[in-house]
Amino acid sequence: MTAYHVEIRVMPRGAVLDPQGQAVEHALHALGFAGVSKVRVGKHMVLDVEAPSRDEAIARARAMCDRLLANPVMEDFDVAVKNGGG
Amino acid sequence: MRRVAIVVFPGSNCDADTLVAARAAGSDAYYVWHRATDLQGADIVVLPGGFSYGDYLRAGAIARFSPVMSAVVRHAQAGGPVLGICNGFQTLCEAGLLPGGLARNARLKFLSRPVRVQVEAIDTPFTCLYERGETLEVPIAHGEGRYVADAAVLDDLEANGRVVWRYIDDNPNGSSQRIAGICNTERNVVGIMPHPERRNSSVLGGSDGARVFLSMEACNATQFADRVRAGGDDELRV
Repeated sequence: MTAYHVEIRVMPRGAVLDPQGQAVEHALHALGFAGVSKVRVGKHMVLDVEAPSRDEAIARARAMCDRLLANPVMEDFDVAVKNGGG
Repeated sequence: MRRVAIVVFPGSNCDADTLVAARAAGSDAYYVWHRATDLQGADIVVLPGGFSYGDYLRAGAIARFSPVMSAVVRHAQAGGPVLGICNGFQTLCEAGLLPGGLARNARLKFLSRPVRVQVEAIDTPFTCLYERGETLEVPIAHGEGRYVADAAVLDDLEANGRVVWRYIDDNPNGSSQRIAGICNTERNVVGIMPHPERRNSSVLGGSDGARVFLSMEACNATQFADRVRAGGDDELRV
């Protein structure tokens, strides 16, 4: 078993209104940051997952997203393994 | 007298009001702690409003894995009535007992004020004493009440009369099709964002919500009328 460092990104689905992203975008414009658009705000989660392989660590993280960490009705997620070992 | 289990999660804060409202309607209402695995002979289960688990991750996302929820799912699958109010609605969606989900209010603000809703479905255990099309004033108190679902679900809800309550006059949180409450296909599981337990007496500013609780006592007579008719030749007279 190896501890894999897993990073999970959960984002509001493209078709779903993201009022947080809109509010941040308005604030950026108010601060004078021109040319900023399509701001979306999501969640970043970091965890160590013990697994026999890198693929298995990804599979477990995806299962966690399916069951708890993301809501498939309104969110998409992706999973990245930053390093294997240690 | 129906036995009404009010489920208490860590962070529930409308449990006491809901208990009082159910008892005022004549029910034998009692609390069930979220770690319980037995509903103590409940006829009806209510998931009250509040902020279970601090709304961490998403509202209702962690509560749905509380031990009691297995019993609630079994109760629902056996046809037992289940009502989720506000955070309870969010939890029912997270648990998959109702379709869709509740997202952050469109204008981000936490909204705590009376709203007007229309009762659109009266063939549920929680609305059988209302009239179809009746308008009510009930309060909302939520930050994540914007009902979201994909187009197929929304079409199904509309086509099959599963929108139980709809906001009128305005759409406070930006819900799809101004949805304030829905039911499942079998119509025994109902979720609503407004708080009927906060309008069950004139001293609370109105009693438009009282019949949600009175319906629980009365639903035996009306909710299952189709089933009774199907079993015999005589019309059930209510």
